[in-house]
Amino acid sequence: MSAVPAQVLTFCVGGETYGIDILCVHEIRGWSPVTRIPNSPSQLSGVLNLRGTIVPVIDMRVRFGVEAGITPSTVIVVLSLQGARGRREVGLVVDSVADVLELAPDSVRDLPPVGTRDNSDLLGLATLGGRTVMLLEPAGLVQEERGT
Amino acid sequence: MTVDLARFHDSFFDESFESLATMEAALLRLEAGATGAETINTVFRVAHSLKGGAGMFGFHDIVSFTHTLEAVLDALRGRRLQTSAALTGLLLGSVDLLRGMLEATRAGQPVDLQRMADLQFDLELLVAQPAAPAPAARIRLRPGLDLHRRGNDPLQVLGELAKLGRVTVRADIASLPPLADLDPGTCHLAWEITADTAAPREAIAHVFEWMDHDGHVEIDAGPAAAASSAPAVPAAPVAVPGAGPATAAAGAPDAGSIRVGVEKLDDLMNSVGELVITQTMLAQVAGATGGLDERLHRGLLQLERNVRELQESVMRVRMLPISAVFSRFPRLVRDLAQRFGKRIELQLGGEHTELDKTVLEKIGDPLVHLVRNSIDHGIEPPDVRTARGKNPVGTIHLDASQRGGCIVVEVRDDGAGLDRRRIIERARKLGLLVADEEPDELAVNELIFAPGFSTADQATDVSGRGVGMDVVRRNVKALGGSIEVESRVGEGARFTLTLPFTLAIVDGQTVAVGGERYVVPVTSIVESLRLAPGAATRVAGSGGDVFTFRGDYLPVVRLHELFGVQPAADELHSGLIMVVEGDGRRAGLFVDDVEGQLQAVIKSIEANYEAVDGVSGATITADGNVALILDVPALVRTAGQRRPGVRA
Repeated sequence: MSAVPAQVLTFCVGGETYGIDILCVHEIRGWSPVTRIPNSPSQLSGVLNLRGTIVPVIDMRVRFGVEAGITPSTVIVVLSLQGARGRREVGLVVDSVADVLELAPDSVRDLPPVGTRDNSDLLGLATLGGRTVMLLEPAGLVQEERGT
Repeated sequence: MTVDLARFHDSFFDESFESLATMEAALLRLEAGATGAETINTVFRVAHSLKGGAGMFGFHDIVSFTHTLEAVLDALRGRRLQTSAALTGLLLGSVDLLRGMLEATRAGQPVDLQRMADLQFDLELLVAQPAAPAPAARIRLRPGLDLHRRGNDPLQVLGELAKLGRVTVRADIASLPPLADLDPGTCHLAWEITADTAAPREAIAHVFEWMDHDGHVEIDAGPAAAASSAPAVPAAPVAVPGAGPATAAAGAPDAGSIRVGVEKLDDLMNSVGELVITQTMLAQVAGATGGLDERLHRGLLQLERNVRELQESVMRVRMLPISAVFSRFPRLVRDLAQRFGKRIELQLGGEHTELDKTVLEKIGDPLVHLVRNSIDHGIEPPDVRTARGKNPVGTIHLDASQRGGCIVVEVRDDGAGLDRRRIIERARKLGLLVADEEPDELAVNELIFAPGFSTADQATDVSGRGVGMDVVRRNVKALGGSIEVESRVGEGARFTLTLPFTLAIVDGQTVAVGGERYVVPVTSIVESLRLAPGAATRVAGSGGDVFTFRGDYLPVVRLHELFGVQPAADELHSGLIMVVEGDGRRAGLFVDDVEGQLQAVIKSIEANYEAVDGVSGATITADGNVALILDVPALVRTAGQRRPGVRA
């Protein structure tokens, strides 16, 4: 398990709450149509223009296998991640964003073995404000987005 | 502390490479006979600042070597050392060594210490050698027999001469009679004098002026003094003519320029791109609204103009003069000419022609190849040239110019031209020509670009002309350019490269497939046509279609199938066929419709994602959306690999 972030941005996908390190969140923007990439994995909804850079957008609803639709609260969370090849940007389509919450290091628990899905993109679980939040491992997102 | 300094490493290396190029240029001027003090000073300054910079970062080997170099240059500056071919050769070798050392240091690899020690030894030897002193004047003094009787004192004259520089005198006693016959009043002596002096011939002659009538005085002034015979002050006239152009050349790169990272320029381009999109959006809204306030309308028009100007200015910022590439050729030509024992003069033209950095980085290698070819196969050895009634010194022209939206670079030589007989011979050997086929001029010239034309048999050097020309053509084509050759036997050859100004922008044609829009580079489009029903033939069992186009059968590439898009219509005759060419092959892209043209600023998809098959990049359309640019060569390859040469 990598280092536990001090603050997380929480967002909702298919009724569940997820959290991601606030430090890798570049910006949050309203949903806008993206350009489809031919023969790409279904979870990659396409690419969009972020001030002149082409940024791939992952639909988290498809990734987590839940109903997908566009509502006024649907947003794209743009992450900026430090990878082996330098900084990379990636957008995540989520149903809505919720809060920025403080996270105590000892409040994070390992994920128990559940189901058959590869959960390497999940860092662990935490209970915040009475709700269970699944913490995302940002690096895991990008790795899976490639090649699949 | 070290961490702080490391931040400046990159700029140290960048600057050092640049100043080495300056040094190289100055050395070549020196070799070509420039005597300007400013030229030597330029070289000295580079070595000095390199030493300082390397010292600051603790690159001790570079410090040690530049120190030796400095000593040599200082001797040269102080005229204790004469410029010679051997010296400039060593100094140019030092530039190469330093470049290698800097590259190694930058990559964190060990420097070539052996080579450094060798060169350092040679340089030190040069300085240690007793100066084969600057402009030495040789004087033969053969006074008349009555010299003493006329009251002349040779000793006094020699004393005067010694004031001009160090004097070595050898008395010639050959005509001295036996002692019994000797008349002490008669002068039987002659002298041979070597004077290390920079003084002009006139000053030396002045010393002997009133001895002249009594005998014979011969003055052989040193080469430098002879060259600058007219002016009275020795050092000044040499320095003045050199100073003008040299300072101008040294000053040019500093003319109020600043160093900016490319990513900053890219950011600027992106911001301007966004501005263009916003402006387009505003214009569209205004157009849809109608009945606008007059002032608002005027403001929008002005905005459009300003934005366009801004965009052009930003594009211009990325443009660099081609001299950045040309500057390496004087050295290349010198070295190769020496190696092949040829005498070659290089003439550069249009060095100020500007082109985008992206192209600039890629044209170096093809040009080197062409120039190398000219030297190796084009220009004849001096004796052959003389025998053919040509100037023994061959000339290679390297010219750049702007023609429309393209840049044209010409490599021209006055050598032997393409050897038609040899080319045909070789082509037959390689099976490119049937035995008794006699191709015309154009076809022969085309042969040198055939793949593998001269890669075989290179050891025996049967290759007429065109070592790996297929590679050159391929690289140039990959840049979206073309290469042509013209040749006249005995008069020379001319290679003409036509290249786009920039790789950052491509002229594109938008095509619609289902709900998607793709951009096809205009350079790869041959023609768009609509097939009549039944004009295409389904090839048995392959699931692919072919159609006839200008006598060839071309395969159809169904873009919607390849990209998994739901098309507006599936029937070939209900959509459009866009005939495209890539890598010399043609195919018909089946699309729904052809839409407008645009100038697409090419963006990388790979920067944040990964390479996509059939797509070479992306661009941002006027409405701010992303459109994918098709990789035509790859798409053509996916089709049945049918060559256009197959006759119908």
